[in-house]
Amino acid sequence: MALERLFRRKRPSGENRDIPELWTKCEACGAQLYKKEFKENLYVCPKCGHHHRMPVWERVESLADPGTFQETTRLAPLDPLGFVDTKPYAERLQAYQKETGRKDAILGGTCQIGGVPAVLLVMDYAFAGGSMGSVVGEEIARGVEKAAEEGRALVIVAASGGARMQEAALSLMQMAKTVMSLDLLWQKRLPYVSILTDPTTGGVTASFAALADVIFAEPGALIGFAGPRVIRQTIRQELPEGFQRAEFLLKHGMVDRVTDRRRLKGEVVRALRHLHPGVPYAPGV
Amino acid sequence: MPLEFEKPILELEKRIQELKETARTTGVDLEAEIRLLEERLARLKREIYGNLTPWQRVQLARAPGRPTTLDVLEKAFQDFLELHGDRAFADDPAIVGGLAYLEGQKVVVVGHQKGRDTKENLQRNFGMPHPEGYRKAMRLMDLADRFGYPFLSFIDTPGAYPGVSAEERGQAWVIAQSIQRMGRLRVPAVAVILGEGGSGGALAIGVANRVLILENAWYSVISPESCAAILWRDAKEAPKAAEALKLTAQDLLRFKVVDAIIPEPEGGAHKDPERAIQNIKEALLKTLEELKGLSPEALYQDRYRRFRALGVYQD
Ligand SMILES: [Zn+2]
Repeated sequence: MALERLFRRKRPSGENRDIPELWTKCEACGAQLYKKEFKENLYVCPKCGHHHRMPVWERVESLADPGTFQETTRLAPLDPLGFVDTKPYAERLQAYQKETGRKDAILGGTCQIGGVPAVLLVMDYAFAGGSMGSVVGEEIARGVEKAAEEGRALVIVAASGGARMQEAALSLMQMAKTVMSLDLLWQKRLPYVSILTDPTTGGVTASFAALADVIFAEPGALIGFAGPRVIRQTIRQELPEGFQRAEFLLKHGMVDRVTDRRRLKGEVVRALRHLHPGVPYAPGV
Repeated sequence: MPLEFEKPILELEKRIQELKETARTTGVDLEAEIRLLEERLARLKREIYGNLTPWQRVQLARAPGRPTTLDVLEKAFQDFLELHGDRAFADDPAIVGGLAYLEGQKVVVVGHQKGRDTKENLQRNFGMPHPEGYRKAMRLMDLADRFGYPFLSFIDTPGAYPGVSAEERGQAWVIAQSIQRMGRLRVPAVAVILGEGGSGGALAIGVANRVLILENAWYSVISPESCAAILWRDAKEAPKAAEALKLTAQDLLRFKVVDAIIPEPEGGAHKDPERAIQNIKEALLKTLEELKGLSPEALYQDRYRRFRALGVYQD
């Protein structure tokens, strides 16, 4: 099912035709990488270990057991404020939809993760910077409800610049909505694992993403409340080395583990098995 | 310090004052002229204050002399006993809170606190809390639940402090926790947006059964200046951003982000703070009365449903 969708997705024209397009460059060390291998390596540079951003469908495939993912996300955004800046929000939405093939910045569904029944939600940074508006908030709340109803664990992969400005106060309210919905998992003793990827900031960090039972962060990911630019402007100083990176957050006690993407599924599965009351003693993966 | 858009009013007021002075010192009868000008002044005020743009309201929401949390606590409540500290790191002067009586009713109160002058503003960090401020708020929520007293919050912040120390101590984490803690209250919770409701730093103490807002206060996901800096790449476009963000009380009521609007005296709460505080008190009493019959579980469910229903999308 997931593979079919992958095929149906629009590919940039010309890919696989020109020889240079078989290759890509590491954003961090500049190493020439063979694209196929790079993708098989989950977009991690084999030379320097830099974690590049990852397309949402590939993210799903990297976590869900093969053939188990069934998409449930389906909501489309509206423009309740009639927001216009240098461009109307409605136009921006159309452009993002065309670019990503998604209605909004989240892909989610039910699946098995290491045999544990789960609801998996993945935020799409390519869609409006992964920002949370009404659709993302509602999809998360529905995902939580589904997990609670069906006894599934919840896994959310966060990648977001924060709340969606063009939905203003309504997007702010999604922080409260998503946070409150998590109570359903508490009541049912179902585990919630959050994976913070580059970048996770603003109203997403400051709501559901920070409240998981176990929080993973990917190496080097930018994670925080305020963006570094805002902080630099406020304090009028250069920021310390490594500030707001995953390792910084681990040091300051905000995340449980910084885990290489290539080992991430294994660790997520272990966490889910440890926590999920419906899974018997099952060490290792 | 008059706001730019109020200048015509001030000029007219000055002219009336001058005429009165002339009449008094010279004995000339200027009664008719003065009455004419006073009528004109009333019209001008209605025209300006009756057609405030969102940006003008933002300026009123920030006007010096506007009632702060402590002003409200001192004047609308009895025997406010301030409690300090988060029991973990520090006391944050940008958030105040404690125990009080409202018309004899025991309540627990929390609010952002801006300074009333420059010196106090520096001490209070312009009402921008650090994590310890939210931890103090959560401590007080615990207290409200433990004794079953209503929890009242007053929102007036440009936002949570965006600084290195705040990030190191988990600003995002405490905001999330505070949202969660307040959502879980088993007592009546009422929030009042006094002035500025800046983003997650405001919402952290805004997860109430009823959210009330002063007529000229604003509440949004970002300040108009920051929004303009990002979307227009120029903070000077803040008036346009204020328009686009639909951050006024009327707009928020339409989207059900707030439940009721508390009227302000003409020209803004700072023109007659006593009156504004009286209006706040009446609104709080009325709202607490509405929530009175609900059981602890019903209060939680009421709050849950209130926030669960917010958002606009296409299914
Ligand atoms: Zn590299």
